[in-house]
Amino acid sequence: MTLSSQPADDAEPLAKPIVSLKSVTKRFPGIVANDSISIDFFPGEVHVLLGENGAGKSTLVSMLSGLQQPSEGSIAVDGTEMPIASPQKALSLGIGTVFQHSMLVPSLTLIDNVNLGGSWWKTPDREAIAKRMEETALSIGVEVNPAAITSSLSLGEQQQAEIVRALMRGSRFLILDEATAMLTPKDAEKLGQLMRRLVAQGLAVIFITHKLNEAVAYGDRISVLRLGRKVGALGPDELKSLGPEAATKEIIRLMFGSNGNQAAETTRAAGSARPLVTATDPLLEILALEVDDDSVPVTGIELKIGAGEIVGIAGIDGNGQKQLSEALAGQRPVKNGRIYLDGQPIEDLPIGARRHRGLRYVTDDRLGEGTVGAFPVSINLLLKQIGEAPFWRSGIEQGGAIAENARKQVKDYDIRTPDIETPAGKLSGGNIQKLLLARELTGSARAVIFAKPTYGLDLNNIAASRRRIREAADGGKAVIVLSTELDELIELSDRIAVMSQGRIVGIVENDGDARQKIGEFMSGVAA
Amino acid sequence: MSVEVQDPSADGQAAAKNNGLASRRLLTDRLQLIGLSIGPLVAAILVASLILIAMGVNPVDYYTYIVNRGLLSPSGIEATLTRMGPLLLIAAGLIVAFRAGIWNLGGDAQFLLGASVVAALAPVLTGYMPVWLVLIVTLVIGAIIGALWSLVPALLRARQGVNEIITTMMMSFLGISFSNVLVKIFFLDPATNVPQTRTLPVEDRLPRLFDTTISSGVLIGLVAILIVHYVMAKTAFGLKLKIVGANAKAAVHAGLSVSALTIGVFAISAGFSGLSGAVAVLGQYGNVRADWNPAYTLTIVPLVFLARFNGFATIAYVFLFSVLSIGSESAARRLGVPNYFTLVTMAILLILLGITEMLDQKRRESRRT
Ligand SMILES: Nc1ncnc2c1ncn2[C@@H]1O[C@H](COP(=O)(O)OP(=O)(O)OP(=O)(O)O)[C@@H](O)[C@H]1O
Ligand SMILES: [Mg+2]
Repeated sequence: MTLSSQPADDAEPLAKPIVSLKSVTKRFPGIVANDSISIDFFPGEVHVLLGENGAGKSTLVSMLSGLQQPSEGSIAVDGTEMPIASPQKALSLGIGTVFQHSMLVPSLTLIDNVNLGGSWWKTPDREAIAKRMEETALSIGVEVNPAAITSSLSLGEQQQAEIVRALMRGSRFLILDEATAMLTPKDAEKLGQLMRRLVAQGLAVIFITHKLNEAVAYGDRISVLRLGRKVGALGPDELKSLGPEAATKEIIRLMFGSNGNQAAETTRAAGSARPLVTATDPLLEILALEVDDDSVPVTGIELKIGAGEIVGIAGIDGNGQKQLSEALAGQRPVKNGRIYLDGQPIEDLPIGARRHRGLRYVTDDRLGEGTVGAFPVSINLLLKQIGEAPFWRSGIEQGGAIAENARKQVKDYDIRTPDIETPAGKLSGGNIQKLLLARELTGSARAVIFAKPTYGLDLNNIAASRRRIREAADGGKAVIVLSTELDELIELSDRIAVMSQGRIVGIVENDGDARQKIGEFMSGVAA
Repeated sequence: MSVEVQDPSADGQAAAKNNGLASRRLLTDRLQLIGLSIGPLVAAILVASLILIAMGVNPVDYYTYIVNRGLLSPSGIEATLTRMGPLLLIAAGLIVAFRAGIWNLGGDAQFLLGASVVAALAPVLTGYMPVWLVLIVTLVIGAIIGALWSLVPALLRARQGVNEIITTMMMSFLGISFSNVLVKIFFLDPATNVPQTRTLPVEDRLPRLFDTTISSGVLIGLVAILIVHYVMAKTAFGLKLKIVGANAKAAVHAGLSVSALTIGVFAISAGFSGLSGAVAVLGQYGNVRADWNPAYTLTIVPLVFLARFNGFATIAYVFLFSVLSIGSESAARRLGVPNYFTLVTMAILLILLGITEMLDQKRRESRRT
């Protein structure tokens, strides 16, 4: 580690930092999440924080947004050291945050969520708020429906709304924790351009991402964390002189140490499509499926997926993917149509029975429904097998078997947790995702539905997870992958269906020009 | 900006120092823990004493009297333990419900209806079957009656998602009146002028423990609490209930049958309240008088919360409450302090425990920084 971590050493813009971290340390039971980190954040710069899952990025920004207090060290705002004692304090200092996991109140409309910080004695002018919201959204190239109830929106839509809200509150220092993870590449690019515009106006932005291309494209300055320490930084000059490719290489080296190159290669090498499976009897068959929903009703879904086949479902978030996958899993009633698994209709079966038939659903709402945050990792790993042997016998918990299972999964899936008894909610976002994957991929499954399977994972873990999905298919399972990331679908799928406004508007074989055809389907419907 | 010294030997020294600090910290932690549990009790009694002084009563006399009567005198401790039986059963039911995130606040009616029906049936049944069988049958009937009275709120919550706080409270008002109607009209003992049910002879009641007047109802209560504690901590069923309580969406996602579990929780919780009513009649009162309503449920609710749904802590709190309430019933007669003063002491204790908890949390938070 070099001592050049003081940005003042590089020929610096004359500006003084808006916010400085001075040897900040944050400890949690069993782990040092941040280890004496010093970073300056300058106005007019997009400062990218990089690091593998659990490196300490979210923890670092949670101290800037007033959610956590440093164990040691201090934070200076505009050159004056001061504690950021609460989120309100952070807001009043102009620090706005969009967190990795949604902070909106699910039962309220977006308008009311925006109004939450407002004066309680005034009747909110909902129309004005809605109008301002739409304008702000328009300026960053996203669409929001201010009157929508938050819980009816997909996670991606909620995240967009949060960005809009933070901007509406007039932040001069904007923290985006994995804000692009849920966006389509196009929207991510728009957000990137927006960040550029914001910093051009003199704002400071902290941008956390796992996508290195975004980091290099939009970042002015990059800091890399590893195991809670700041292991390196690239200033504006270095970034420019290195150029995107060399910079990416250097970043990977910093992030993962020696095994980084390998990870990057795995991801890239797998870019080609898998060999097409020859048609067999469909294992999972969806016929004329209709699902009711207030905002995005789903209609006319026809899909046949054979054993060993991976079908990708592409589309902008909020076009019925959630409704479709929940209906398949049994969490939502099917209005019309049929679902066959192994030739047996399952559309009237409850969730548990479908699981017993071999249907698995990896939800993308990992905190809302995927895990019980207050419960230990060991129990969350068995959430869908409660009462089953060997973990429970005659209904009695078998602590040994449960712990053994947990230790094995934690090791196999590289879930970084201080202990198997640690509450799952305390894990880093990526590690919670690994927990879900571990739970759903073990045991005997026939068909698996993955909703955004690699969202929030770092390069190494993405590679590992995609390998596991491929292995699942190779093992004779029928696999559906819903993703907003076209690259992911092209890497994994045999066929790709495009979903728009609750319908499947086209299905393409994943061959050479799949990307173009998908693009046509997407824009054709949009027009 | 401070310059960081990266010296490994300094790290080692720091670690050693940390070790020493850690053990000292452990000790102070222990002391603080004791202080945290005893402190509020002492403070509560002090505050209540001030109120007593304002009322013109000598607090030392009052509390000595209570401890003597509720704890130290043989008849007092016997009464205290006997009272614990029904209270523990109500607590057991509340623990199950709260763990599952369900607010069954209709316990009073479930208790009273169980009590009235059992009081009416038991003296009749003794003519047809042996006493032990009567006791078993009526205990079961009490539980069933309690459970039945929760059926409407249970179905509304499970099927329609109707908030059970409101429905259980409404069913409670209805049930209390209904129980009165039953006692005054249908279950009336023709042999007395007082409106009440027939009285179960002492020899037909729940057996007493050894040579004392302690009713074996307290054993039923203790067993119930311990079973609930075990089921919640160690079984798949308990875990399912806790998941429904902690994150209902996750429960649905995991394929648990949330509506069946909800109805089950209502039945168990209300069943315990009904059983409590049966135990109160069969072990203690022998009959139900019209307009009788000890309203135990809402008193037990905060105790169960303070115990954090832990069975053993619940037993301790229920014991304390029994001592205070039995003692103060005597004190009411002797010193002229109204019976309700127990509730004042308990309320002050609850508030102080709440405040200590808040301070403790603040302290832990600030220590982390
Ligand atoms: N509230 C907490 N209590 C205990 N441990 C915590 C808490 N918050 C974070 N941690 C731990 O601190 C470490 C860093 O977590 P953090 O969320 O900062 O990682 P991250 O870099 O944001 O990772 P990801 O890319 O997966 O989101 C993790 O090991 C995590 O388990
Ligand atoms: Mg994070």
